[in-house]
Amino acid sequence: MSWSWFHIIILIPFIFAIFVPILYKQFNPRIHTGWFVLFIPVFLFIYFLRFIPKLSNGESILLTAPWIPSVGINFSTYLDGLSLIFGLLISGVGALVVLYSIYYMSKDREALHNFYVYILLFMGAMLGVVFSDNLFVLYVFWELTSISSFLLIAYWYERKRSRYGAQKSMLITIFGGLSMLAGFVMLWMMTDSFSIREIISQRDVLAGHSLFLPAMLLLLLGAFTKSAQFPFSIWLPDAMEAPTPISAYLHSATMVKAGIYLVARFTPVFGGSVEWFWIVSGIGIITLLYGSITAVRQIDLKALLAYSTISQLGLIMSLLGLGSASVYYVNQEEIAFYAVAVLAAIFHLINHATFKGSLFMVVGIIDHETGTRNIRRLGGLLSLMPISFTIALIGSFSMAGLPPFNGFLSKEMFFTGVLNSTSLPIYGMDKFGVIFPIIAWIASIFTFIYCMILLFKTFTGRHYPERLEKEAHEAPIGMLIPPVIMASLVIILFFFPNLLSEYLLQPALMAILPGVVETGGIDVHISAWHGWTTELFMTLGVVGIGTIMYMTLGKWKGIYRLFSQEGRLNILYDQGIINLESFSQNLTNRYMTGSVRTYLVYIFTFMILMVGGSLVLLNGLTYDFTNDAPITIYEIGIVVGIIISGVIVVFAKSRLTAIIALGALGYLVSILFVLFRAPDLALTQLVVETATVALFLLCFYHLPEFKKKGKGVGFKFTNLVISLGVGVLVTTFALSADGTRLFEPISGFFEQSYELAGAKNIVNAILVDFRGFDTMLEIVVLMIAALGVYTLIKLRLARRDGEE
Amino acid sequence: MKRANDLLLKAVNKVAVLIILTFSINLFFSGHHHPGGGFIGGLGVSAALILLFLTYDIETVTENIPVDFKKVGAVGVLIALVTGMGSFFFDAAFLSQTFGYFDLPVFGKTELATALLFDLGVALAVIGSSVTIIQTISEDE
Repeated sequence: MSWSWFHIIILIPFIFAIFVPILYKQFNPRIHTGWFVLFIPVFLFIYFLRFIPKLSNGESILLTAPWIPSVGINFSTYLDGLSLIFGLLISGVGALVVLYSIYYMSKDREALHNFYVYILLFMGAMLGVVFSDNLFVLYVFWELTSISSFLLIAYWYERKRSRYGAQKSMLITIFGGLSMLAGFVMLWMMTDSFSIREIISQRDVLAGHSLFLPAMLLLLLGAFTKSAQFPFSIWLPDAMEAPTPISAYLHSATMVKAGIYLVARFTPVFGGSVEWFWIVSGIGIITLLYGSITAVRQIDLKALLAYSTISQLGLIMSLLGLGSASVYYVNQEEIAFYAVAVLAAIFHLINHATFKGSLFMVVGIIDHETGTRNIRRLGGLLSLMPISFTIALIGSFSMAGLPPFNGFLSKEMFFTGVLNSTSLPIYGMDKFGVIFPIIAWIASIFTFIYCMILLFKTFTGRHYPERLEKEAHEAPIGMLIPPVIMASLVIILFFFPNLLSEYLLQPALMAILPGVVETGGIDVHISAWHGWTTELFMTLGVVGIGTIMYMTLGKWKGIYRLFSQEGRLNILYDQGIINLESFSQNLTNRYMTGSVRTYLVYIFTFMILMVGGSLVLLNGLTYDFTNDAPITIYEIGIVVGIIISGVIVVFAKSRLTAIIALGALGYLVSILFVLFRAPDLALTQLVVETATVALFLLCFYHLPEFKKKGKGVGFKFTNLVISLGVGVLVTTFALSADGTRLFEPISGFFEQSYELAGAKNIVNAILVDFRGFDTMLEIVVLMIAALGVYTLIKLRLARRDGEE
Repeated sequence: MKRANDLLLKAVNKVAVLIILTFSINLFFSGHHHPGGGFIGGLGVSAALILLFLTYDIETVTENIPVDFKKVGAVGVLIALVTGMGSFFFDAAFLSQTFGYFDLPVFGKTELATALLFDLGVALAVIGSSVTIIQTISEDE
């Protein structure tokens, strides 16, 4: 267990984020800050590439660095085919997006330092998610991705829609994250391990456990919210308020795939159970259909891409669900037969990142160069932006599943996977299995239609310059390079898919389906031509019917008017938020009265119930006076003095008397400390008492009228009960604390202070050495309290000034 | 906080503040073996400052001691944190303290303890927070 370079390299984005503001301050606007940031993802990408040869033969690397070893939480990183694919996606797409953003984000107008700090935070968090083997480390990074996504969506925080979108995504994904945490805790309860490796190795223990199903559901909730699966998909379209490089990076290529990653990672744990199969594939296929149908009605290009992302994520998710059936089998042939779906999922994951990334970037270019993303205002850009058109053509044809683009291959595999699953004799698939290919086929038709809308409505038809905010022209070369690289990948992957398959897909498949390794692996060979198969006929049908439907779009699009533009789910969400806010406001107003007295009542009542309750319940009320020292006359005298000054405080006619009596009480207590030979306590008590009295005198003028018409605070029965209760409780507590010995006293340890800490003063040795952590947190609390007082008063002053 | 020009208070103050400050510093350093320490030493210093605030009005004091006590407190917390992390360099757990005996030119054989540095942080944090509270409350009219 030690730190290795790999750990540090994963954390590099975080480390570099610290320097970004400094670089920004030094070099902006001479050099765009993005150029510095670009090094990081490029370096990471090359670094990860070096692992390919080692991992391609199914090896995996587990490195553990101690973090909180005392509770078994270690920063263990696990590198296998699956995490490597994600690592390459994160760093590779990251590099292209950073390059793109250098041209997209103006260095004169934008707060670039914030932008790049958030991006780096995200990158580091995402790498952490995919490389962590420890559940709780994974969880921490997982939430960090939600937070950085929130910050990035709200990057233009002066816009209302941005804030709305950021809040929405945060609420939904953090909700899912917390459910996932609960799922993780359950996993830990079942296996007594935080390591995903070990949990997988104990899957026999898990299968029969009563917490198996709850843990699975909670974990899936996390995955589905993150990956925008129906009905949690509503946050993704609103997240499009983020700058386009962000949409391309987080909300299409990487972050939304964290949910996919989670499902893939836990397939060896949960796969093979009927619930996992149906929930993952069912939700996935519904999302696929919902996303593609809704995408067709969009008029904003980015919203269209958002819904298409939702639908594609649904596609990948459903494939993972269907493929999980393979875990059920032990026979090599059957494993291979159903594993095709999982293979298609990983393949499509990569393809989606390439074509969707390029499409997002093209839409960003269009937005940047024309000032609008509205399909109704765009048109005829073909002659003005030929390069962008080419990229868009490649991207959308690939998304539609046409050759010669990589989307065709994975779409074919998708059909294969779906068709294979219909022959499953288990899970009731023999009865209902046939709906999967049907839904998949319908959804593919809609996918085809929106791809055509995206391409032809924007680039062909008549051009209306007066509808655009700017004069349209081709983007600068730097902005075109990243999408061109992605688009060329789209084509390269079509012609050489087996390169990818051998080095990346196969290792990833082995990581998701351990059964594949046990039975000697499967032959993964992707080819474009399989002969006249059912899949090919399905594709031909999609193209044929899709073209007809696209041509007659105007005739049937009216159906969409039957559904509200906003969508039922969004309305539900908005109302939910409003109701929740008013409900919590009402609730809070009910007990937060703004009066310190009420709060004291709460605090003391709580104390009586908690401390007194546990005293009674745990039989703590035992007294033992045998070892007590005799009480001297001085002590009696001082205690009488304390009682008298206490009574004076309560019955004083003026506040000044009360304050002075309170001071006297404090000083008498410090004399008690002197008698008991605690000079440190006595000294501290003296100074604290002095300072408090001075403070009281300072506030003297500000406090409300002490007495109103000679009636004091007024007598309240509840107050009497509570004050008596506190007095009785503290006394009995102190007495029984002396009489009860639950543990061996630790004072013996403190008595060695001279040997251990070189200090003759035990009190101070405890404060700064033995219990140094307590002291440190105490001074932090002190400081927070001081800053709290400061801000509260300054805020009030500022508000008062504002009103005048 | 405008206050009558109290001659008596001012005269006593000149001597008293000096004594309190010296005593507080003594308390701070003697904390290792005798009653005292960072907490009480810091409180002593803030008591001296409060006395100044009471004698002169707050503007005069802030003019003559142009220190932002919020920052003093923050620096204190930071010192405590950083000295705690210092133990990482010696492969020890967070906040591990150590001590040793050295022969120094003037003082002779002296015990030096890392706890003192931590204690300095505590003292500064206490001074910073208590004075900040008192300053803001008294500035609020």
